[in-house]
Amino acid sequence: MMPGYRKHTVHGYAIDIGGRLWVYAIWAVTIWFVVNLLALIGSVVVSSFSTRWLRSWFPDGLTLRWYSSAWAEFQLGEVLSTTFTVVGAVVVLAGLLGVPAAYALARRDFPGKRWFMLLFLLPLMVPPVTYGIPLATVLYQAGPGGTIWGVILANLVPTVPFVILVMIPFIEQIDPRIEAAARIFGASTPQLFIHVLLPILAPGILAALLLVMVRTIAMFELTFLTAGPTSQTLVVALYYSVFASGVRAVQSIDAMAVIYMVITLIWLLIALRFVNPTQLVSRVKPSNHPT
Amino acid sequence: MGFRNRLPGRKLAHRGLSVTVGVQAGGTTLLAVPAFLLMIALFVYPFIYGLLLSFRPKVGHWLANYQIFFSDPFLYDTLGKTFALAIPVTCLSLLLAIPVAMRVRLMQRQRLLTTLLVLPLTLGTVLVAQGMLGYFGPQGWFNRTMMDLGLLLSPVKLTHNYTGVLLSLLITGFPFTFLLTLSHVTGIDPALEQAAATLGARPASRFRYIFLPLLLPGLAMTFCLSFVQAFSVFPSAVLVGEPAGATRVISIAAYHAAFEEYDYSMASAIAMLMGAAQLAVVVLVLSLRSIVYRGPSAGGKG
Repeated sequence: MMPGYRKHTVHGYAIDIGGRLWVYAIWAVTIWFVVNLLALIGSVVVSSFSTRWLRSWFPDGLTLRWYSSAWAEFQLGEVLSTTFTVVGAVVVLAGLLGVPAAYALARRDFPGKRWFMLLFLLPLMVPPVTYGIPLATVLYQAGPGGTIWGVILANLVPTVPFVILVMIPFIEQIDPRIEAAARIFGASTPQLFIHVLLPILAPGILAALLLVMVRTIAMFELTFLTAGPTSQTLVVALYYSVFASGVRAVQSIDAMAVIYMVITLIWLLIALRFVNPTQLVSRVKPSNHPT
Repeated sequence: MGFRNRLPGRKLAHRGLSVTVGVQAGGTTLLAVPAFLLMIALFVYPFIYGLLLSFRPKVGHWLANYQIFFSDPFLYDTLGKTFALAIPVTCLSLLLAIPVAMRVRLMQRQRLLTTLLVLPLTLGTVLVAQGMLGYFGPQGWFNRTMMDLGLLLSPVKLTHNYTGVLLSLLITGFPFTFLLTLSHVTGIDPALEQAAATLGARPASRFRYIFLPLLLPGLAMTFCLSFVQAFSVFPSAVLVGEPAGATRVISIAAYHAAFEEYDYSMASAIAMLMGAAQLAVVVLVLSLRSIVYRGPSAGGKG
């Protein structure tokens, strides 16, 4: 692609001992971080399979019973179905509300557009607890608080703006003449959306919604504030299980945490297959050849 | 023939566009209305409701909640403790993310390393907390290894204190900061650096004079977004920290007021103060950016 560029960089470092040490230092820090991270995950995974693990390098024995008991003890089936209902509803609603709004904001100029943008930026800039507490109060007064609908509504607050802000650059990079052409041939707005824009925008929408999914699975504060006993998602159920740790064995909590990790990990890996993480905020990858 | 056909076509396209803008502007703009109404109902209304509620305390005059907050060290200390966690965490992860992103940018196969660095996104606070307690605990692998290697004489206390929360926030916060930084770094046209290198600029000065000015707007935004995450720390402060002492952060105080004392007015007041502190930092960072750097804010991203 750019052999000269790469060679030059390498050559530049080769004559520069300070620069070389700097590169080694960066690698050392990165490897230190990754090794400790993997060991940390490893210790939880090992613990979740262990019979007893105190004061030694490795547990006394291995067992699978924490996983089978986690299923019964935590009503994991119920919690998982709640989690997937919430996440599914949030993803669908955030997409349905966010994408058309992003289209309007990317394509049209209207008075007060700056305030619109600010309104969609603020929920991402304010800590979830700040609006979560008044929001939970309002939701409890209005009815949906403590139900699965309250959890879904609360989770829409950060995700709809997220979809909008991720989608605007994607939409702006589409040539408006494509839409103009469709209009000339008589496409109505719904037709334009379904037959022209949706196929072009599909990668961007997919990326945004997969990230919404990962975010919603992990969203603790808002779900915690609005969920009732029957509407807990996995992350909140997990938190409560730690609080009842007098009753629960550490290994049992670890088994739950591993189940949580595997679920999110699967979705993140799927997301990373479709989305180049470096393209999250940039519009297009800078072309390597001058155009 | 073709030319004559194309010319009116173009005109038509232009007219079509202007017609679209003129007639359909209302229609297309309306697409933003549902999202807008949702935000009004679920963000603006509760926010105003909370603000008004905070001025209607259970006892005392309208500013009583704020007076209590700023006169009780158990409450106002939480603000300082939150900053004492959030600022170092954000700065550290940004300072780590920039050089690592600069290296990753040059790699041919970034995917594996990027995935490894982003891995903590999937862990969830509880797994990180359990891992911190197990791995960094007095009997954990970390202390054992360090002692066997002779680097430590006695186990170092890394959990149930400030350090524990700091480390746990760093682990959960770094991936997000790194992803944003990486996408800003890769958004800069490599030709600019090539040009500087051709003219004999060393890596350090290439970073100082080429990358840094272009990165600053993006980094300011990254700082703000990472700061929000660290500022609203709640689970890890409880699970690996000292929730009654050194890591009693402001969200714990707000939660305590709302769901243990059932004083929603006080809870709203604390939530509002939290939002105000957070927004003050955002405004400060964004205005610092405009003082330091007065170029196009697009930073080569467009």
